[in-house]
Amino acid sequence: MESLILLLVGVLVAVATYLILSRQLLRVILGTAVLSHAAHLLILTMGGLKKGDVPLLGESDGPYTDALPQALILTAIVISFAVTAFVLVLGYRVYKTNGTGNFDELRGRPDE
Amino acid sequence: MSNIIVLPLIVPVITAILLVFLRENIVLQRMISLMTLGFVILTSIVLLIEIQAQGVMRLDFSGWAPPFGILFVADSFAVLLVLIANIVASICVLFAIYTIGSHFEKMYFYSFVLLMVAGVNGSFLTGDIFNLFVCFEVMLLASYALISLGGDKVQLREALKYVLINVVASWIFLVALAFLYGTVGTLNMAHIALRVMEAGADPLITTVALLFLIVFSLKAGLLLFFWLPGSYSVPPTAIAALFAALLTKVGIYALVRSFTLLFVNNVEVTHMVLGIMAGVTMIAGCIGAISSKDVRTIAAYNVLIGVGFIVAGLAIGTESSLQGVVYYLMHDMVAKALLFLAVGLMIFLTGETLIDNMSGLIRNYPAFGWIFFITMCSLAGIPPLSGFLGKVLIGQGAIEGGHFVLLGLGFLSSLFVLYSLLRILLGSFFGETIISLEDEKPLKGRVLMPLILLTVCTVGLGVGAQWLAPYVLDAGQTLYTPSIYIDAVLDGGVNR
Repeated sequence: MESLILLLVGVLVAVATYLILSRQLLRVILGTAVLSHAAHLLILTMGGLKKGDVPLLGESDGPYTDALPQALILTAIVISFAVTAFVLVLGYRVYKTNGTGNFDELRGRPDE
Repeated sequence: MSNIIVLPLIVPVITAILLVFLRENIVLQRMISLMTLGFVILTSIVLLIEIQAQGVMRLDFSGWAPPFGILFVADSFAVLLVLIANIVASICVLFAIYTIGSHFEKMYFYSFVLLMVAGVNGSFLTGDIFNLFVCFEVMLLASYALISLGGDKVQLREALKYVLINVVASWIFLVALAFLYGTVGTLNMAHIALRVMEAGADPLITTVALLFLIVFSLKAGLLLFFWLPGSYSVPPTAIAALFAALLTKVGIYALVRSFTLLFVNNVEVTHMVLGIMAGVTMIAGCIGAISSKDVRTIAAYNVLIGVGFIVAGLAIGTESSLQGVVYYLMHDMVAKALLFLAVGLMIFLTGETLIDNMSGLIRNYPAFGWIFFITMCSLAGIPPLSGFLGKVLIGQGAIEGGHFVLLGLGFLSSLFVLYSLLRILLGSFFGETIISLEDEKPLKGRVLMPLILLTVCTVGLGVGAQWLAPYVLDAGQTLYTPSIYIDAVLDGGVNR
């Protein structure tokens, strides 16, 4: 199961890399969103997928599943949600003021 | 008593939220933000004295004993940095009050500054590596907002690049965290250090260490600095000075912490890579600083030279060089803020950014000219200013450790710093006065006041070195002997 999820992580990273390396602003932003999903899945897999019971003492004798990666992912998801929302708004403002969403034209000139 | 460790994080967060509701009342916003920063300064002084008395302090949140819960650890190194960071931040806020304009102040400028400071303080104080990630993000999100505040065409463009670079860097941070957790099974920094030490020179752990090196180098501007000159030259002066003083330093702090405490198992590989990266950063910074005629770019590349020099001290890794690192980090925060404020003020006064288009400013603004002169001396490391002692200590460490290449590069880079700033001094401050008395923009004393305060800081750090010495010695010792930190956190050992 872990290997399967890791393969999925690999696919997500590949997709995200392709999107980030493109020239269109919106694609790059979507790429970063996909990238963060890949990272979350990776953390989940690194902690070991569900192997035992709910980690509550007294409910069962164990072995227990590691709950820490889920807490980490929850935090990371909230952060990446906030950042993605911010980048989308920033991207929209850049498009409005610079009049383009193409990174070739957003490069900037040395004489500015 | 150890509860006060959390104050440098929690107080700015609370007041930042409070300030959101005081949007229209700018005067109250200014007063509250200055008071908050002042309060954090006082707290960190109390903490410093307390640490001298009873050693490294820690606070376990909700009473979860380490290594299970999140905790804050206050050692001299972290608290010294919190102290200086907040002094510099309050001076930058003072500068912002007089210069930044009410449209910034009404757009929650002070809230964002306080949130960023909270993130910076949290990063310095945390003892949990995932919490370090969270504090980094708090700081970065506030900096994203600050860099795009104002919404100029160029500014938004550079802000977008800055944000995207940092999003990718944060992703690498998460990946490194995942691998670290998968390898050692803990996130408490002291516990990680213990487990890494037990594992020895495990190639997997070395790989994870190098991943962390990439992340923190991106944040610190060590070798992977391509984003830095662009994004540090677009925001208003006060914000640029805050960034130059605080943001890269947090990256350096994380590098120092991880390569003195966490990953000391395979020093031949990791510290060699650090040394090479530091050397190349210094060379590239020097080339950038002398190749440009734009004062903002020169200042930005000077940040890089500082980063390279500090990390060189880390790569050398003897006790005296680590003391030098602590000392030079403190100096660099003050001096870089001063340099950025001075450069911003030059641009404000003349409306020009190129050295060639400015001339004879010292005739119009003599006090400002002398402040720039002191800044230059301080950055070049001329005694008795603050840059001197850090350079001497790192140099001494380099000789002890036999790192003569880094020693040579470090001191050569000081010469290039001197040369690049001397060009500004000779080109823009001396020479024929081109601004006539009628056209001269008035430079009010209160605008110059923050620069004078920072100058006093840099002189004070140099002259008052004797007074600071016990704290710096303690910080250097804790960095050099990780077991002090580990014992303080884990109460002498963990069975698992």
